Amino acid sequence: MKKVLMGNHAISIGATLSRVQVIAAYPITPQTQVVEKLSEIVANGELDAEFIKVESEHSAMAASIGAAAAGARAFTATSAQGLLLMHEVLHWASRARLPIVMANINRALAPGWTIWTDQNDSLSQRDTGWIQLYASDNQEVLDSLIIAYKVAEQLSLPVMVILDAFVLSHTYEPVEVPEQSEVDKFLPPFNPEWKLDVNNPHAFGGLTAPNIYMEFQYNHHNAMLKAKELINKEGEAFGKIFGRTYGNIDKYKTDDADYILLTSGTLARTSNIVVDSYREKGIKLGNLRVRTFRPFPTEEIYDALKKAKKVFVVDRNLSYGHSGIFFEETKASLYNSDLDIPIFGFVTGLGGRDVTPELITEIVEHGIKSEKPENDVIWMGVQK
Amino acid sequence: MFKPGKKINFNSAKDLPPTPASVGDMTHNFTGSWRNLRPIIDYEKCIDCMICWKFCPEPAIFIEKERPKIDYYFCKGCGICVTECPVKCIAFEEEGK
Ligand code: SF4
Ligand code: SF4
Repeated sequence: MKKVLMGNHAISIGATLSRVQVIAAYPITPQTQVVEKLSEIVANGELDAEFIKVESEHSAMAASIGAAAAGARAFTATSAQGLLLMHEVLHWASRARLPIVMANINRALAPGWTIWTDQNDSLSQRDTGWIQLYASDNQEVLDSLIIAYKVAEQLSLPVMVILDAFVLSHTYEPVEVPEQSEVDKFLPPFNPEWKLDVNNPHAFGGLTAPNIYMEFQYNHHNAMLKAKELINKEGEAFGKIFGRTYGNIDKYKTDDADYILLTSGTLARTSNIVVDSYREKGIKLGNLRVRTFRPFPTEEIYDALKKAKKVFVVDRNLSYGHSGIFFEETKASLYNSDLDIPIFGFVTGLGGRDVTPELITEIVEHGIKSEKPENDVIWMGVQK
Repeated sequence: MFKPGKKINFNSAKDLPPTPASVGDMTHNFTGSWRNLRPIIDYEKCIDCMICWKFCPEPAIFIEKERPKIDYYFCKGCGICVTECPVKCIAFEEEGK
């Protein structure tokens, strides 16, 4: 059934369709409606789940960890400062290999106090061992939640589904809401082999001496690498049932492109418009949207970029003192390959500043006319 | 005296469960080897109050036939029982003597 949904409600409905059993969440702008809607759904008896009201985001993740360890499908959602407060337990969730799914609404960090979008909150969690998927529309937000559980539970890895504050969270778009029966066919109930069980007691997360600690990290890393295949595989399986296919990357007119924009989140949709306008002028521009940031789809990015002359990475985030983070990762992952083309790193749209087609056009113009990037950070739209 | 848990053997990363579970089962970790001083109960003087049983943090004191009994596989020799015993009937002796 088609509905007009804000991104936040697309999350709540995606979680409901995934039949989550425990929801532990703390409201924060711009995520609040996710929690409001879910509490309503649970209160109305439309979803058989425990709704745990917690006193902080740290507790929200801690409760999700307990739930998942006991074998329940757990869900939470947060944003910005809330995600930062979770940091310690994010590591716990992934190292305990608990397939929790969380939605994070990308909101810039304070100070200056802000509620608008950029990606520094989730990208600061890069090394927590979570899978990170960046969505670019509300349909994808809903679908990604369902796929996320399917991937998470097969690999015992937690997944963060990430979307832009306001640009998606509060923007209404038509969204096809899948039938529950179809979702049930795609996503079986969660039944982990290892869980807290009074009839088969185990100690979880206990002292892990140097003789085995590293083997757990080795396994965790390999599970992450496996996720690259599985995200594509389950994204295709989802497409067979629902008609919408997802993968680690999303190529828009890149196959014959001389110049390729590399984007994520909603910036990708704006960039597609710019690609079309360049194509009308006969200039071969393409747009590569990176949907999976962790694990980083190095091989697929290489394949998509290998015939291009120049790459323009657009980052709505910044690692102070170095560069935009997608730029940093792209460049580093291609360094040992045979690809020797200029990769430009543009930083723009921080703190929710609008990234318009005009601004993306400026980026493309700058890239086309420069032989090489003059700097690791090329600021765009800043009033210097 | 101790009841060992299920021992999980592993030779490589392949044998490990995804989550660090039970691998560090403490029933297989005989912490008694850490002990420098050995608490020894004088059962003649002991009044079976079980205060030592309550205070032992390991717990390495068990109740057997209504009497306290120290499990030397796990007793680390912290001396809490020695201090807490109301009739001072637990003596501390150097190990290896
Ligand atoms: S010395 Fe410490 S560990 Fe040993 S029995 Fe006494 S209280 Fe327990
Ligand atoms: S505390 Fe002392 S008296 Fe009481 S049971 Fe233990 S050894 Fe005996």
